[in-house]
Parts: sequence; C-alpha cells; structure tokens
Amino acid sequence: MTIIPSIKREYLVKLAKNGKRTDGRGFDEFRKIEIETGVVSKAEGSAKVKIGNTQVLTGIKMDVGEPYPDTPAEGVMTTAAELIPLASPDFEAGPPQADAIELARVVDRGIRESQLIEVEKLCIEPEEKVWMVFIDIHILDYDGNLFDAASLASLAALMTTKVPAKRFELGEDYPLPIKEPPISCTSVKFNDIVVMDPSLDEEEIAEVRLTVATDKNEDIRAMQKGLNGSFTKDEIKKVIKASIDNGKKIREQLYRCIGK
Amino acid sequence: MKTEIKLFENGKRIDGRKPDELRNIKIMAGVLHRAEGSCYLEWGGNKVMVAVYGPREAIPRHTQNPLRAIVNARYNMAAFSVDERKRPGPDRRSREISKVISEALENVILVEKFPRASIDVNIEVLDAEAGTRCAGLTAAAVALVDAGIPMKDIPVACAAGKIDNQIVLDLGKDEDNYGHADLPIAISPRTGEILLLQMDGHLTQEEFDRAFDLAIKGCHIISDIQKKAILEKYQSDSGGI
Repeated sequence: MTIIPSIKREYLVKLAKNGKRTDGRGFDEFRKIEIETGVVSKAEGSAKVKIGNTQVLTGIKMDVGEPYPDTPAEGVMTTAAELIPLASPDFEAGPPQADAIELARVVDRGIRESQLIEVEKLCIEPEEKVWMVFIDIHILDYDGNLFDAASLASLAALMTTKVPAKRFELGEDYPLPIKEPPISCTSVKFNDIVVMDPSLDEEEIAEVRLTVATDKNEDIRAMQKGLNGSFTKDEIKKVIKASIDNGKKIREQLYRCIGK
Repeated sequence: MKTEIKLFENGKRIDGRKPDELRNIKIMAGVLHRAEGSCYLEWGGNKVMVAVYGPREAIPRHTQNPLRAIVNARYNMAAFSVDERKRPGPDRRSREISKVISEALENVILVEKFPRASIDVNIEVLDAEAGTRCAGLTAAAVALVDAGIPMKDIPVACAAGKIDNQIVLDLGKDEDNYGHADLPIAISPRTGEILLLQMDGHLTQEEFDRAFDLAIKGCHIISDIQKKAILEKYQSDSGGI
C-alpha cells in the first residue's frame, strides 16, 4: 500500500468540507464512464470499461463440461480476477491475493445471485454435459473503484456473449440467455464524508466502503461493505438512494452501448 | 503438423497477402494512466498492452545487481486470448518468452545508470493470433521510450517463415500452424544487431538467408511505425489517447 502523506488527507478533507472533490465532481457523481464491447475476437464475449482513468477488461470463454452433482441440469459459471502488475506499481504477479479474490467474488455474487445468466438454459444433457461460462476480469489501469468497473465490464461482456455451439458441434451459435442486469455502485467514507465512485486517492484514505447493486425496479440485489470503518443507518440509506440514481443512468448507457 | 491445406496459391497467401507483406499494425503510446510508460499495439489479430514501471528498487533484494539495473519483462496471456481458455498464470512457454524478451531489452537499455534497480515491463496479450512474442517486444520498446528509460536504440521484432516452399514475411495463424518454419527475430535497427533469434521448422541455408533478410526488412518497416506512434503522443495535446 502506498503511504498517503497526512498532508494529502488534510487536503482532501478540507476540499470535502467545502463540498468539493479534487476532480471537481459532486459527492454523488460518477466519473465519465466509457463502455466498449467486442474488443477481443478470440473471446465469446468481451468488454472494456473505463471509469475515469480506471480501465478494466473482461473476457468470456465458454466450454462444455460436467455439471455439479447438486445442480445436474444447470450450466456452471466461474469468475476470476487478476490484479496484473500492468495496472499499478503496487500489484504483484503470482496467485491471486485477498484483494483479487474479494473483487472476483463480489462480481460473481452480483451475477449469480441476480440470476443474470439463465443457467437452466445452459444444460445440454442433464448430469452429463452443460455449458461452462468463464468470466475473466483483467485490470488494466487502477485509479480507484475496481468493483464497479469490473462488474460493469462483466455485464457488458456477458450481454454480448455468443454461445459457441458450432465449435462444439451443437448447432448454431446463439446469444447467451441473460436477464435484467443489476448495476453496482460503490461509495466510500472518510472523516464523515461519503463520496460515490472513489478515485484512487479517496480510496486510499477511506475508512469504509459500500457497494450496492440495484436492478431496474430499484430493488437492491447485492451489497458488500468493506474496510474496518462503519456507517450510520442514515448514511446507508443515502448511499442506496445515490446508487439507485447512478445505477439508472449507467443502465441506460449500458443498453445504449450494446445496442438494445 | 503438415497438412494438405494450400497456404500459397497464385502468388497470394491464404489471407490474401503478398509474400513480403505485413499484417496491419497499429501502435499507440501512453495509453495507461498509472504506468510510467505504456503502449497498445494491434498486429493483425494480435492485441497487446504493455506497461513499464521503474526504474525502482529491485525486490526481493537478492535480485539486485550493485552495478546495474535488472530488466524484468513479464509476458502473460489473458485467459480469454486464445480459442481454448488458457489457465491464468505463467507456464513454461510464457516463462521462456519473458526471458528472451528481457534479455533483448537489456541489451539496449542503459542499465549501468540504475544500479540495484529493476525496470519492470509487463506485457499482456489480450488477443492472440500468431506472432505474439514479436508483437510483445515491439510494444515493450515503445512503452520503454514512453517511460523515458534511456536506451541506445528502439528495438523491434518481426518474424519470417516458410509456407508451401515459399519464404514469407510475418506468419499468420494458419501459416504458423501448418507452415514449415518460423523465424522470429528482434533487431536494433540503428546498428542492425540481432537481439532475439529463434527458429523452429526446417529451412535450407539459402532459405534461411532469404527469410532472415525478409524479417529484417519487416523490422525496419515496423520501426518506422513505432517512431510515428511515439511522435504522435508528443504532438497531440492530450498526451496520447
């Protein structure tokens, strides 16, 4: 972890007390988001998402394999995240560390618990053969808020994924069966100030973090609190409200980008 | 694997190129925010991203050299970059490629200027379609320039090979799989020194000479594209994209 000099913390707090952030955003405002799909031709689906300077690339690969014994007629999905050293001077090569595992699991949960992928439609032969969906998240440039960038990239990639049935001689390729996506929005708190979509500086001085995934009906589909600080109930309510508002805008942008 | 696929017919290759024609190459410098220097390169169906960090203290400390910097290139393929999902992490092939690229880069970097330091070159192959080591090295060179690392020259790599008894430049996917030889080389274009040389397959001496000259010709063409990419970064107001 980089050591943030106390002077920088003081600066950020002083700005925030005057209602400002270093990049001129409002407290509830996201940085500019860019979504680009179909960036990797070898992948069944792929998307690159930029939130400010943060860049994340998700690629989807599919394979035919055996189902789990407890869900013999459902497809299998796995999510992996790599904090590759390309993305930050502080990331190291090697097996995934706790941060990468938490990131992958939070994204995985958002997709799995919202039943985004219709896994029952991914069965080829019960107990024998099902489709396996591999979601691989590559962090390219780390400037804060990986959770939202990784989950948005994964959504966009899944929503443009073609099941490679032809390659496995199982008929024609067809789009991956997908339901409504939940959009995740992350906030952090420092010195009793809560800001949405933290930049790297804000993330580094944050005491507590909250990710909220909401759906089209403004229902909450997943939440994850991180770090050792705490929120009040009021703060949580405000974060949820801001997440719904931002989620709505991001959802519209996502649909525009994938052409739906 | 030698098959009956016709790779060369009527003076044209399977993808319509002439024998001495390169695939399309696009290079952009300074594409990442956190890295000291970075480069994005598209070469045919290959897509490669490179980030350079350093010079910084080499860790773990026993890897430090009191007289010069060490150069750590790390070639890594994304799990989704190939037809069959690749298991993440380094394998024997990527370790070897990392090593030969590190050695090639070390040759041109003024390593004596940075004792005990490491210069870390992270090469991520996002989309793979034959010739990724040449693409990786070529992009790494641009990222090193972007990072302001002092170098004697900007290295560049390109391959030549043999398909259907024809010597051709820059093998594509089918040509690599079903061709008869592959000869990737990297050079220092100013001096013509060879920084990397590998060969697999079968070439006569005369064929080798022709393939070698052709690959060097390819290197010089790509060298111009590299320099253009670097100039473009400093000419544009935004500093790259």
